[in-house]
Amino acid sequence: MVLSATDRELIAVIQDGLPLVAHPYAAIGAQLGLSEAAVIKRLEMLQSAGLIKRMGVVVKHRALGYRANAMVVWDIPDAEVERIGALLADEVCVTLCYQRPRRLPAWPYNLFCMIHGRERDSVLRRLEQIVSCHGLEKIPHTVLFSGRGFKQRGARYVETGNISGHLQRLHG
Amino acid sequence: MDSVDATLVNCLQDGLPVCSRPYDDIAASLELSVDELLSRIQHLLDDKVLTRFGPMFNAENLGGALSLCAMQVPLERYDEVADLVNAFPEVAHNYERDHLLNMWFVIATERPEQAGAVLGEIEQATGCRVYDMPKQEEFYIGLKLAV
Repeated sequence: MVLSATDRELIAVIQDGLPLVAHPYAAIGAQLGLSEAAVIKRLEMLQSAGLIKRMGVVVKHRALGYRANAMVVWDIPDAEVERIGALLADEVCVTLCYQRPRRLPAWPYNLFCMIHGRERDSVLRRLEQIVSCHGLEKIPHTVLFSGRGFKQRGARYVETGNISGHLQRLHG
Repeated sequence: MDSVDATLVNCLQDGLPVCSRPYDDIAASLELSVDELLSRIQHLLDDKVLTRFGPMFNAENLGGALSLCAMQVPLERYDEVADLVNAFPEVAHNYERDHLLNMWFVIATERPEQAGAVLGEIEQATGCRVYDMPKQEEFYIGLKLAV
C-alpha cells in the first residue's frame, strides 16, 4: 500500500495517541480538515493493509507489579521451531514469542519468548511447568531476567513526512 | 489503581473499535460514563501504567526495520556504554540482562538498509561487538496478560 499525503498527515497526528474525547476521530478530522467519516475510512484502510495493528495500549508491566521480566531463550532444532514456537505462544504467561537467528558461538538460541511475572520464583515455576507439560526437557534453554531498563520511549512513525518505524513492544 | 482500572487495562489491550464513539462500549461494560472512563485512562497515562494509547503500528509494514541486539559489555564500563548506546536515536529500548551478553536493546530504522550502518556506529562508539538478531518469525500470541 502506498501512503498518500493525507495518510501521512493522519499518522503524524494520531501517532502520539488517540484524543481522550467522546468523538476522537472527529477531533482528529478537525485538525486535518477531514470529516469524521473520512478519518474512520482511512484508518480502516490502514488497518486492513496491516500498517496499523489495532487501536490499543502499551502497558508498562513494571508499573503493574510485574517486576520479573524474563526473556526465555531456546535452542530448538530448526525442524521443530514452528511446532514448539506455536506451543509456547499459546501459554497464557508468554507475552511475546519470536524466532531469531543464532549467532554462534556466542549465542546458540533461536527462539525467544517473554514471560512476565510478579516475582522471579513464580516465573521459574511456570517455566518448569511449561517444560514438563510439553516434554521440552531435552531442549537447551536459559532465562535472562532483566535488570535496569534504560530507555523506553514512545514510538514515532512520521517525522517531517518520512515514515520511520519504531517498535511498540520490547522485541518488535 | 483499583479493580476497575485493572479491568479497564485488560479491555484496552483488546483494542478499541474504529467508529464514531469508540469509548462507549467499554464505558458501558464498566458501568462508567464516557467522561469517567476518559479520566481514568488519563490517570493511567499520567501514572505511566500505560506508555501508549492509540494506534499500534506495524513497523515493518510501514517500511521500517527493527532488530534486537545484544552486546557483551565489561561490567566496569557498563554505565558508560549504556549512555553511548542510548544516545543513538535509533535505539528504542535497552535492558540490562543477566548473561554474558548483558546489554539488550532494540534498534529501529526508517529503512532496512540503514540498520547495518547504525550497528557499525554503535560498535565503533563502544568498542563492543553488536550481535543483531532480527526476528524471522513471530508466533501469534492469542491471550493477553492477566492484570
